[in-house]
Amino acid sequence: MEEISALMQGFGVALTLKNLGFMFVGVTLGVIIGVLPGLGGANGVAILLPLTFTLAQQPGGTTTAIILLSCIYWGALFGGAITSILFNIPGEPWSVATTFDGYPMAQKGEAGKALTAAFTSSFIGAFIAVVVITFLSPIIAKFALKFGPPEYFSVYLLTFCAFIGMAKGQAMKTIAAMMIGFALAAVGMDTVTGQLRLTYGFTELLQGFDFLIAVIGLFGIGEILLTLEEGLAFKGANAKIDMAVVKETWRELPRYWVTSIRSAAVGCFMGIVPGGATPASFMSYGLAKRMSREGDQLGTGKVEGVVAPETAAHAAGTSALLPMITLGVPGSPTAAVLLGGLLIWGLQPGPMLFIEQKDFVWGLIASMYLGNIAGLIVVLTCVPLFAAILRIPFAIIAPVILVVCAIGAYTVHNSMFDVWLMLFFGVVGYVFKKLDYPLAPLVLALVLGDRAEAAFRQAILGSQGDLSVFFSNWLVGTITALALLLLVWPLLGGALARSKASS
Amino acid sequence: MTDSTKREVSAASVRTLELVVAALILVFGAAVMFDSWRLGASWAEDGPQAGYFPFYIGLLVVIASVTVFVRALRNSQLAARSFVGRDQLRMILMLLVPSIVYVALIQMIGIYVASILFIAFFMLWLGKYSIVRAAAVSVGVMVAFFLVFEIWFKVPLPKGPIEAALGLN
Repeated sequence: MEEISALMQGFGVALTLKNLGFMFVGVTLGVIIGVLPGLGGANGVAILLPLTFTLAQQPGGTTTAIILLSCIYWGALFGGAITSILFNIPGEPWSVATTFDGYPMAQKGEAGKALTAAFTSSFIGAFIAVVVITFLSPIIAKFALKFGPPEYFSVYLLTFCAFIGMAKGQAMKTIAAMMIGFALAAVGMDTVTGQLRLTYGFTELLQGFDFLIAVIGLFGIGEILLTLEEGLAFKGANAKIDMAVVKETWRELPRYWVTSIRSAAVGCFMGIVPGGATPASFMSYGLAKRMSREGDQLGTGKVEGVVAPETAAHAAGTSALLPMITLGVPGSPTAAVLLGGLLIWGLQPGPMLFIEQKDFVWGLIASMYLGNIAGLIVVLTCVPLFAAILRIPFAIIAPVILVVCAIGAYTVHNSMFDVWLMLFFGVVGYVFKKLDYPLAPLVLALVLGDRAEAAFRQAILGSQGDLSVFFSNWLVGTITALALLLLVWPLLGGALARSKASS
Repeated sequence: MTDSTKREVSAASVRTLELVVAALILVFGAAVMFDSWRLGASWAEDGPQAGYFPFYIGLLVVIASVTVFVRALRNSQLAARSFVGRDQLRMILMLLVPSIVYVALIQMIGIYVASILFIAFFMLWLGKYSIVRAAAVSVGVMVAFFLVFEIWFKVPLPKGPIEAALGLN
């Protein structure tokens, strides 16, 4: 029970008055970010990341900084449920399934019940995922210590193949978006040879493209432009949660324990696989519809229809951090931004964290428990306040969000060029979103590009250019094979469906 | 969405946009390949050259964009679907054009004054608020940002002549 004592030590690190304060600040900011159009987990964290630069330089400051940022993430996850239920606007892609039953419940006047159910199941999903992280991450980290460059490259390959294999739309668009990310990551000074790549003589491009700017532009500005299309007014149900409703809902929730456990399992598993939170929420909703006794009534405003996707989405969103801290491979754009934060603060994400930065890792894991409790308290008590934010007229909120994005983009490198770049990425994000080019693989490739390339170079340097190095032992061979299998999965699935249809 | 596109006059079809975007991505991929080739995309004595990895990335971009382009060309249904309606496009430009002016203003007079003007402009123009309310909200928001960034987190933001005159630099 090494993990328990390490976790207890982690609580010792996380449970200072300062960290608790930042936890509540983070969660509150996160919920606000989650309910505002154009701001979500990924770009919210990206905008606030520069605020932690000075914070992280103090002794023990990196732990406080990661607590602040991860709590913004938890808050944003909670906030997504508020907009889904009250306004029928999913704040994040994984809250889409929550609207199916959440919004009908709100229309029936059961908004308080739906919100309580959503928050509570979010909490349960996240809690189960944190328990999984607590016990699984030391094992994975220990395992990953054996990894050399070929193994690392094969893990990156697995991450990116999973995106292509699980893509909903055209796989070619996923590939295009992802490779654009890789190409943008290559811009600037090549660290190995010192040569300038792809700058075409522009001095502004010497530093390369920062993924934070891309995240703020693609998700922030792009999202506002999309919101504009849908019209300016939000029409929402009224929300009030009093203790009586909470107690009543809590008495009802244990009835759905099977759904909860099933959804949490789906969420934890899918979250570790990259890009899994959104499919996890749909999958878990689908499973509830098929397997539950009242399944055929889902979609008309049933509590169970809120429980299933919310538990899964939160479990997935939380467990997406598992590969990030153990392998340095983020599973979602927000996890990628957090990873970027670690790099900026001078920490190397990956298995060595568990040896060299014990306090940091276990402080972070302990803060996941505490942060979610803080989140539950904040959302249950402050819903009317957050719903009121959504009623601020668009003529005020849109320019303010733009100002926030501009400040966020500027503060990353104190550069005006970045602010222009952000606007450009905003237009790209809007067009890509409408044409179904996925943005998450682009961002992930931009974050991981340099590391993936370095691993690739070192690996084939060792083998003198022979690509068979990626099959040279059972470990790297298995991961590479799995990656290739995921890559051709849609083709296999299509062939299977065709042969079934013909027979 | 689908209802509104029927009623609205379309400004561009999905197919046009698919083709334009795929072509732009193709140009981007070609540029990546070209520069990687210039740097050397093969094997040197001491390992892969600087352009080795990006060259193949560029190649994949080109392959993917050509595929998307050809598919869009063959799919005649896409021509009937609207990418963006005229009214929607007008709304988007109503935000985008002032935003470009705003970023240019930041460069000239600093972020605080530019933001105050930007927020107030939207409140007056789109929201039809009174000048007093627009001024109160925009100044209030930026004072709050000033306190959070400059005082609390000690992150300096770009300032211009007006802040200098007030001695806030």
